[in-house]
Amino acid sequence: MNQLPLLLPISFLLFSIISVLAGLWRRELGYAAAVAGAAVGVPLALWGLFRVLSQGTVRYHLGGWLPPFGIEYVLDPLAAFMASIITVIGLLALVYARWSVHHEVPEKAPVLYPVALLLLAGLTGIVVTGDLFNLFVFLEISSLSAYALLASGRGQAPLAAFRYLILGTIAGSFYLLGVGFIYFSTGSLNMADVAERLPLLYESRALLAAAVLMVLGLGLKMALFPLHLWLPDAYTYAPSAVTGLIAPLMTKVAGYALIRLFLDVFGPGYLRDTVPVTVAIGWLAAGGIVVASVMAIAQRDFRRMLAYSSVAQVAYVALGLGLANPLGLIGALLHILNHAFMKGCLFLVAGGVRYRVGVWEVPRFGGLGRHMPWTMAAFAVAALGMIGIPPTAGFFSKWYLVQGGIAAGNWAFVAVILASSLLTAVYFFRVLERVYAAPLSPGVATSRGSDPPTGMLVPILILAGGVLVLGIINSIIVSQVLEKVVAPLSGS
Amino acid sequence: MDTLVSIGPLAAVAVSLLAAGLIVLSGGRPNLREGWTILAALAKFGITLSLLPRVLAGQTPQITLFEISPGIALALRADSLGMLFALSASFLWVLTSLYSIGYMRGLGEHKQTRYFASFAVCMSATIGIAFAANLLTLFLFYEVLTIATYPLVVHKETPEAMAAGRKYLAYLLTGGVVLLLAVAWSVAIGGSRDFAPGGFLSGAAGHRVLLALFLLFFLGFGVKGAVMPFHSWLPSAMVAPTPVSALLHAVAVVKAGVFGIARVVGFVFGPELARDIGAVPIVSVLAAATILLSSLLALRQDNLKLRLAYSTVGHLSYIVLGVLLLSPSAWSGGLFHIVTHGAMKITLFFVAGAIYVKAHVEKVSELNGLGRQMPITLGVFALASLGLAGLPPVAGFLSKWYLAQGTVETGEMVFLSLLLLSGLLNAAYLFPIAIRAFLLPSERFRRFDEAPWLILAPVVLAGALALLLGLAPNALFHFFTLVSRTVAGVMGAGGV
Repeated sequence: MNQLPLLLPISFLLFSIISVLAGLWRRELGYAAAVAGAAVGVPLALWGLFRVLSQGTVRYHLGGWLPPFGIEYVLDPLAAFMASIITVIGLLALVYARWSVHHEVPEKAPVLYPVALLLLAGLTGIVVTGDLFNLFVFLEISSLSAYALLASGRGQAPLAAFRYLILGTIAGSFYLLGVGFIYFSTGSLNMADVAERLPLLYESRALLAAAVLMVLGLGLKMALFPLHLWLPDAYTYAPSAVTGLIAPLMTKVAGYALIRLFLDVFGPGYLRDTVPVTVAIGWLAAGGIVVASVMAIAQRDFRRMLAYSSVAQVAYVALGLGLANPLGLIGALLHILNHAFMKGCLFLVAGGVRYRVGVWEVPRFGGLGRHMPWTMAAFAVAALGMIGIPPTAGFFSKWYLVQGGIAAGNWAFVAVILASSLLTAVYFFRVLERVYAAPLSPGVATSRGSDPPTGMLVPILILAGGVLVLGIINSIIVSQVLEKVVAPLSGS
Repeated sequence: MDTLVSIGPLAAVAVSLLAAGLIVLSGGRPNLREGWTILAALAKFGITLSLLPRVLAGQTPQITLFEISPGIALALRADSLGMLFALSASFLWVLTSLYSIGYMRGLGEHKQTRYFASFAVCMSATIGIAFAANLLTLFLFYEVLTIATYPLVVHKETPEAMAAGRKYLAYLLTGGVVLLLAVAWSVAIGGSRDFAPGGFLSGAAGHRVLLALFLLFFLGFGVKGAVMPFHSWLPSAMVAPTPVSALLHAVAVVKAGVFGIARVVGFVFGPELARDIGAVPIVSVLAAATILLSSLLALRQDNLKLRLAYSTVGHLSYIVLGVLLLSPSAWSGGLFHIVTHGAMKITLFFVAGAIYVKAHVEKVSELNGLGRQMPITLGVFALASLGLAGLPPVAGFLSKWYLAQGTVETGEMVFLSLLLLSGLLNAAYLFPIAIRAFLLPSERFRRFDEAPWLILAPVVLAGALALLLGLAPNALFHFFTLVSRTVAGVMGAGGV
């Protein structure tokens, strides 16, 4: 199965078209086709992961053209790890979308499902491609779908999505300019090929420009402080299912691209040792963690609080990259997985609250613990995960990041990680207090059992269960997958 | 010491976690729900007790579950120090369970399902801390304990309770992240070793690094152990229902803090290294100051539970000081005080709760003459007060005796006089309570009217335990043997 790397984006594209056609015939069929497409992705990705781990990296040359001339797709442990996260979250969010979307924006439903699959095609494409320009193409496919999805909300959503579009396009252009510099310096776009040629160019100004432009572009896409300003609005006004799909994946995949550039294109020898790019990323991330956490504390709107929290949490990934040592990077990669589950769960919970009670403001959450017991239990688990209480998954990313910080002797980063878990505790316990110990808010009934419909509740509970299970089995993930990914760092 | 693979330590931890689930599921049927609590408490104590003969025979029942971080296993091990803590906590949980039912039903408290479920999780975490075989395992249970106690602190959901809950989290979560740093750092310099009597960090790094690490550990555990100036969450947490104050804020949670200090001093650093890096003078001053100041503060409290809370703060530092003096006798006194203070303080809190349920009195100044209405309850209170002040034949005398011997061994005469002074202060804030109740006249309390038996029985049993531990420290569960085994292991000598 050499075609394995390409199967993921291709099948999502295919099902996206099927979903459009089916949706034209019957609305329900459009949804069914989209869920079927997402459901095909999960076993493919997991099978890919097991195969890569047991038999090594799979490479596919598009059209039979050998690299560096043709486009290469590579499924290595890192790509397979990311693809598994994307497909699982994608499937859960799409299942959930049926009820949530029909409640919030029913008229947009026939368009949303195919576009969501397009987004998944773009995201999986980014992780499996071995070509710098092809990565740009997939980056734009995913970004354009994301703009469309985010704009589908009511009220200010189109405006917020437009801002994101402007900034995202600038970011894409930066990245593309960087790729251009690399192409005319090396004459190649294939990542492995470029990586071989770069060491001769370490002194080149063009390479420096390329590195800075690409990091800036991807930094903007991942909402790295202070380039995060597009994110809070975009996440706040979008339909819940959309945020539940985009928030756990989008910025993290941009983070993946940065890590890929660091590990496999420019190499630690350049981005860490020759030009201190990772150090700069680390400090920006440290600043972002603190600022965004404080901003999250200041929010009354639950979704906006979660959005700022996303900025802070994706900065954990950047901070791990900034540490640029094996433990730090393990923490960053593990956090991509953990945060996808935690934040996915939290945004889906937000949608569940909107579905049943119709409120966003935290002060009006009083008594939800009794009203929606299962949803709020899931919320509590995910919130404890975000704070980093063991044995939830969130604790372990913090654990590796702290160890990475100690190994690097970077006490400032260690202090930021530890302080951030206290700040996170402030804004989540404020909500937990409301949910479990405050008098009933108007509109919240005393009755038990008003959890959202099963189709929404099951994805929420699976994600919350995942937050616990991923914490307990984290050692397997780290030793089987992530240690292989960061192996090049341990050697150097 | 032989290690012995046994599922016992795991079962002792898991049984109440399982019970927590069952409690939630049977939330609508109070009798069944409380049945699970009683069953779990008995099972937990039974399982822990079943490990005792093995431990006394010199074996260490141990189970390694799986890796929770590459190279670090989730491992549980019942050594003599762990047994000491686990036995005393699980035995007192049996009494507290009975008492909780009487107390919560007597007051018609709300959200009892949440209360009993959180309590069960707390006990799992406590036994997990006692049996943890390495630092990361201990830390996991330590954080779980912090979180699981929170719903109990805010149980009443009044603004006062919520404020106490925030203060509790602010202190304990901060302590938690400091501890996380300490654990991660010690793994970085010393590897992920299991606890070893006498420590394993010796030579792992320079003395200055180790001193910083020691202080971080002390800070992290010291918050839960209510060492001043990190103590102020504990008096605030007295807003919780009395059984919580009794078991968690006198036995399980706060003792988890001092237990952690003993683990780190004896089994991570080791007494010699702790002495060599110069950590002892810095932190033992804190413990000594805590003993003195908390007693003075206790004198000023009119609220009975607050008075007891400040007394707890002081007595926890007895244990900390005993551990820090690093002599065999001081260690024996300190460790034995974990058990004896637990028995005595839980008795006093049980009495405070019984008074609240029966007479709705919370203030010391309103207790005049209550002895006529509740003679048994207040008689037990008087007995436990004697013990806490360090008078024979109640248990507190023995631990204080060994502590005093420890100060003589190490030549710390300042600490000796401090201990004696603190004994007087203990008498000064505790004796007037019993004296008021029995000797002063009252209009209100004339008729004999004791608390219901579900409350009275635990009061009497806990008081009896406190007396028995003083008369025959080894009669029940060989507590003193466990103490001297631990001391012999840590100090390398024959103990006492």
